[in-house]
Amino acid sequence: MTEVQADCAAAVRDVFDGAVVMVGGFGAAGLPTALLDALVEHGARQLTLVSNNAGSGDDAIARLLAAGRVSKVVCSFPRSTNSEVFQELYRNGDVSLELVPQGTLAERIRAGGSGIPAFYTPTAVGTLLATGKEQRWFDGRAHLLEHALRADFALICGEQADHEGNLLYRKAARNFGPIMAMAARTTIAQVRRVVALGELDPETVVTPGIFVDRVVEVPA
Amino acid sequence: MSAQPLNMETVAWRLAQDIPSGSYVNLGIGLPTMVAKHLQGAICHSENGVLGIAPLSGEADEDLINASKEPAGLAAGGAFFDHAMSFGMIRAGYIDVTVMGAFQVASSGDLANWSTGEALPAVGGAMDLAIGARQVFVIMRQLTREGVSKLVERCSYPLTAAGVVERVYTDLAVLRVADAGFIAEELAPGVTPAQLQAATEAPLTIPDAIPTYRASIVEAPA
Repeated sequence: MTEVQADCAAAVRDVFDGAVVMVGGFGAAGLPTALLDALVEHGARQLTLVSNNAGSGDDAIARLLAAGRVSKVVCSFPRSTNSEVFQELYRNGDVSLELVPQGTLAERIRAGGSGIPAFYTPTAVGTLLATGKEQRWFDGRAHLLEHALRADFALICGEQADHEGNLLYRKAARNFGPIMAMAARTTIAQVRRVVALGELDPETVVTPGIFVDRVVEVPA
Repeated sequence: MSAQPLNMETVAWRLAQDIPSGSYVNLGIGLPTMVAKHLQGAICHSENGVLGIAPLSGEADEDLINASKEPAGLAAGGAFFDHAMSFGMIRAGYIDVTVMGAFQVASSGDLANWSTGEALPAVGGAMDLAIGARQVFVIMRQLTREGVSKLVERCSYPLTAAGVVERVYTDLAVLRVADAGFIAEELAPGVTPAQLQAATEAPLTIPDAIPTYRASIVEAPA
C-alpha cells in the first residue's frame, strides 16, 4: 500500500540511526534533493549511504555529509567535481568508503531487489578491487563473487506517480531509480507530479507501485 | 624527443575513422569525448542510461546529461534505461567499442586508467567497460607532462583490467597490441620512427614501410 505524503518531512520520518539508505541519481539528474534536505532536518545519524557519487559542491548529498550524518559511503565515483566535503571527511577518517565498480554497484542493487543473494561478474578481475573476493572460472574466464545490496530506505526521484505508487521517470534521471526502488524495505519517491489513479498509461509504467511505499509531490 | 605535439583533435579524428557506421560506442570522460563529433553513423551509449547521446544542441536539460555529467542532447531513435540494463549492455558485449583515456597501457594490453595510487580512488564504469566492450581503444598523449612514456612493458599504476586494450591512438602514432608487444601501424603527421621509438618504453615493432596518416580534419575545435 502506497501512501501519498503531504511533505518530505513526513516521508522520511522513520529513518533511524544506523540505517542503510540508497540514494538515486547520477550527478544532479535524478537526485532526490528535497528528500535529502528533509533527511538532514530529520537528524538520523550513522547512516550508510549507497549512491553512485559522494556529493558535488554543495548538492544535497554533500549537505548530508557536511552535517555529519553519514558514517559509510558505498559508491563508484566519490571524486566528482568539487567533492571536497567527502574528501575531507574521508581524509580525516570520519567516513569510510566501499568503492564499487559502477556496473557491479548497479547489479548488486538489482540482485538485492530481485531475491538473488550473490552473483559472479567478470568486472574487476585482477585488480585491487578484487582483493579478498572469491574467484571462479566460467567458460574459461575468471569471475568474482559479489553480494547483493539491500537497504532500509531508498530515496529516489521520479517524474510522475499515481496513488498506487506507479512511477515514471524523465530522461537520464531514471538511472538508479528502478533498481533502488526494488532493493529497499521502504522506498520513498519524490516526484514532480502526483496524478490520480487511471491517469498513467499502464504500458508506460517503469516502476510498478508494489515497490514504492511513499510518494511526495515536489514540483520542479 | 622533440616532435611537435600533435593536436589531440587530429588524433580523435583519426580514431573515429576506425569506428564503422552503425557501431554502438561508449566514449569515456576526458579526451575520448573529442571523438564524438568525428563519428559517422555510430550510436553513442552513455553508461548513465542513454543510447543515442549526442552533443548538446539547444537548451540544456538537467535530466539529460552524459557520463561526464555535462548537459547533452539525444539523437533521433534514442532510448533511456536504468543503470542495471545499461551495464548489462556493457558486460554482455553489446557495446562494440569503448574509447578510454589512460595513465598507462602495457604491451600486454593491460590498462591503467582509474587510480594513480595517491589520490582518493574513483572507478566509475571504467572496469565494466574495459572487460565488457568488444573492443577497447585508448586515446592519450604518449608522454606524461614529465616526458615519461605511457606505453609501458608493465603498468606501475593499479590495473583497470588485464589484457583488454586492442588499439592505442597517441599524438605520435596509431598502435596495435599484439603478442610480441606494440606494433606501430601509422605515424602521426610530422613524427619520425626514431621519435616514436624514443617515446616508447615497451616492446615495439615499427615496420620499415610504416605510413604516415594524413589528417584531413578541416575545422579547429569549437
